[in-house]
Amino acid sequence: MSKDASQVRQKDMIARHFDRLAAAPDTGEKTAYTFVPGNLTELLLSFDLLPVLPEINALQSAMRGKTAEYIALAEKLGHSEDVCTYVKSDIGMMKSGNIGPTGQRLPEPDVLLLSYTGCFTFLKWFELLREEYHCPMAMLHVPYQPDGRITPAMRDYVVKQLKDEVIPTLERVSGRKYDEDKLKAHLTLAAQAEDDLVWVLQSAKHRPSPIDAYFGAVYYVGPIFSAFRGTEAAVEYYRTLRSEIEERIREGKGPVTPDGDMEQERFRVVVEGPPNWTSFRQFWKMFSDEGAVAVASTYTKVGGVYDQGFRHDPSRPLETLAEYCLGCYTNLGLPTRINLLAQYVKEYEADGFLINSVKSCNSFSAGQLHILREVERLSGKPGGFIESDLVDPRYFSAANIKNRLESYFQMLEQKRLGGAA
Amino acid sequence: MNYTVGVDLGSTTTKAVVLNDHGAVMGRGITNSRSNYEVACTVAMNEALINTRFSLLRAELVSAGLSDAELDHWIRALERLFRAEQYRSQLVVLTRELHRFARRMLIGGAALKTAVTSITTKMADEVPELYAEGTTRKSDFFRDLAGSRYMKLAETEAGEQRLGFDQVVGLFDKSILDVENSAEAGGRFEDHMAAAVAAAGAADGALGQAVARIAALELVQVGSVGTGYGRQRLPFPEAQIKSEILCHGLGAHAMFPRTRTVLDIGGQDTKAIQIDEQGIVTSFQMNDRCAAGCGRYLGYIADEMSLGLHELGPLACQSTSPVRINSTCTVFAGAELRERLSLGEKREDILAGLHRAIILRAMSLIARSGGISNEFTFTGGVAKNPAAVNALRELLAENYGDLDINISDDSIYTGALGAALFAMRDASRLGAVPAVH
Repeated sequence: MSKDASQVRQKDMIARHFDRLAAAPDTGEKTAYTFVPGNLTELLLSFDLLPVLPEINALQSAMRGKTAEYIALAEKLGHSEDVCTYVKSDIGMMKSGNIGPTGQRLPEPDVLLLSYTGCFTFLKWFELLREEYHCPMAMLHVPYQPDGRITPAMRDYVVKQLKDEVIPTLERVSGRKYDEDKLKAHLTLAAQAEDDLVWVLQSAKHRPSPIDAYFGAVYYVGPIFSAFRGTEAAVEYYRTLRSEIEERIREGKGPVTPDGDMEQERFRVVVEGPPNWTSFRQFWKMFSDEGAVAVASTYTKVGGVYDQGFRHDPSRPLETLAEYCLGCYTNLGLPTRINLLAQYVKEYEADGFLINSVKSCNSFSAGQLHILREVERLSGKPGGFIESDLVDPRYFSAANIKNRLESYFQMLEQKRLGGAA
Repeated sequence: MNYTVGVDLGSTTTKAVVLNDHGAVMGRGITNSRSNYEVACTVAMNEALINTRFSLLRAELVSAGLSDAELDHWIRALERLFRAEQYRSQLVVLTRELHRFARRMLIGGAALKTAVTSITTKMADEVPELYAEGTTRKSDFFRDLAGSRYMKLAETEAGEQRLGFDQVVGLFDKSILDVENSAEAGGRFEDHMAAAVAAAGAADGALGQAVARIAALELVQVGSVGTGYGRQRLPFPEAQIKSEILCHGLGAHAMFPRTRTVLDIGGQDTKAIQIDEQGIVTSFQMNDRCAAGCGRYLGYIADEMSLGLHELGPLACQSTSPVRINSTCTVFAGAELRERLSLGEKREDILAGLHRAIILRAMSLIARSGGISNEFTFTGGVAKNPAAVNALRELLAENYGDLDINISDDSIYTGALGAALFAMRDASRLGAVPAVH
């Protein structure tokens, strides 16, 4: 499969970033480990700190077939089978020399920036890393959004922590003073990239959809969910990506699949939950072989729900960061998640929706059967339920998942034909 | 006659259902052959076609004016004699294979040959008794019938020939696979039927003529659909392969049109399916990463207790004080079983607990699929197990109150029936059978 310009650009961005990380012990650049949901990349960049995202490393390790040994090593160290497999993969990677996705060694963190946005395991994960690295940790406690709205008190609570806890820690670690103008410049760039990302994700409203908004879109959200939000490189990447998708629409092309362009769009589905990373390609093919296109997904919103209108606002730098953290998909209550899914099913004219429930993520998977029933009720479209895991290959049962997906797509077909098939 | 056929290739048995061009079920066939999917499919289809010819024969005799009593008498007699012939045919293949494996043995070859000859001769002599009028057989599968007799006779023969019992039994375990994996071992309909008619002393009368007409009748397949866990291995084009979820839903709808919730417990998966008034699946849940609590669990327990699968349910029904067993993990259940036995618990009480544990797991899937809407239909091989059915009835009443619970005697064929109906719809679109209404 030939690579598009945007893919080449992204690969290059990642390579440069990991080169800088590998060279950090020599160049003296400082690094901050942080999480995708609620990441404060612009703030870190304003202190010239290099972000490292352990979740991204874990999923990259899975795609490289490394997580079985990493997880086995973590279990040997005493982590039980039920612990989040992102955590175990990360621990195993750390204990195996901390070799990152590009095959280069990752530097130790100078600071752990723990932005708590709905995942309790994040706390425990960084506790483990702190024990290992003995480095400072800044904790940002983001209040959960139980009823789908951000109150001024919630925002002020986060801003206060940014001022009193996070910024002073970053100042100490980086040896630089907080520079609001620099932060604003990064936030301006963030908002530009966000505009183009939203355009790309919403292009799936076309028929045929020019993108797969789940399997394809995990690549699209890569730069903005990781170390590049708020950079010129990300703005360029999304501009390039947008023009490529515009071209696909002009040519009437369907989405890219593991086997090239999809020839016929048979089913349009919305997907909830992260993909399985150990058998990512095989999992994707189970959809694309059936002509099933994901037209929207919630996983591509875990690093920011931009399609609901949020943009980083450089005129209110700390408030906008607070609102960003509060609005992450992982921080939303069940009713908001249900409404969002039902909205996607309707707006993207989906035939149905699928939930991939992952074994090792209790905080995300809890309530998904309730979500299924409620979205069915609100949208009038059938839901399907499959189960796998993030990065533990032991929990991807290909035959079982394929069986369920085939049954689900045949069910959609049967409903479409009204019992005549 | 034009027909459509549905084949459900399960992990324990393969089932086939034949429909005539009006959608009426004409024949059903089942085999426990599972080593070779293609052979299993052929055997099940052949069995269903044999059953179809019996249905046609019955119709032929009805139009010939036979009374109901006469009809039942003759059909039963012919089926019995036919099966005896089929058994003989399979016994010939088994005997040949037993000798072939005996010749390969480095130790005790001559004694084994003598033992095999003696056992198989006695088994052949027993055929009339095995299929005598009024005799009930514990299973329809050759493996079970022949295996049970072989084990019994092997005990004596091993002693007389100074052979190890395991050595003699080991020969059977190897040889039976070749019988099951041969589509030819069961013989031809016309040969067995001719022998059956002759044995019934009816070769020259109206019955003989009717049989000859039916045997000569050409059965033309105009559509086929495969389903079940092994469906990808069926010798059917991809377009003729359907998910077992859809097939079970449609099959249950055909059997019980008011069904809205279907529970299917098969060999390696349990499915809770919701269907609408047309039999279209609206929602379903299956067991996830693990097959705990599925039909094979019972198979494993049967092996652990040295019982036939069909014996488990009736034994569990004798329980007066079921034990509480929580694990549906097959391996843990085996360990729990041995521990309970060592503590002196009764086999029937342990078995009753195991059956309840399976159904408890199924109840969770039912709840996850959206609960129960009346009517409720239970399908799959486990629906033939009376202890599982009892546990299900109890738990359904506890959780959902009064329900209409449908369990067909032919529940094991539900998936194959759904597949056959899909085949018929396809054939109807192509004009090969009349339009489906």
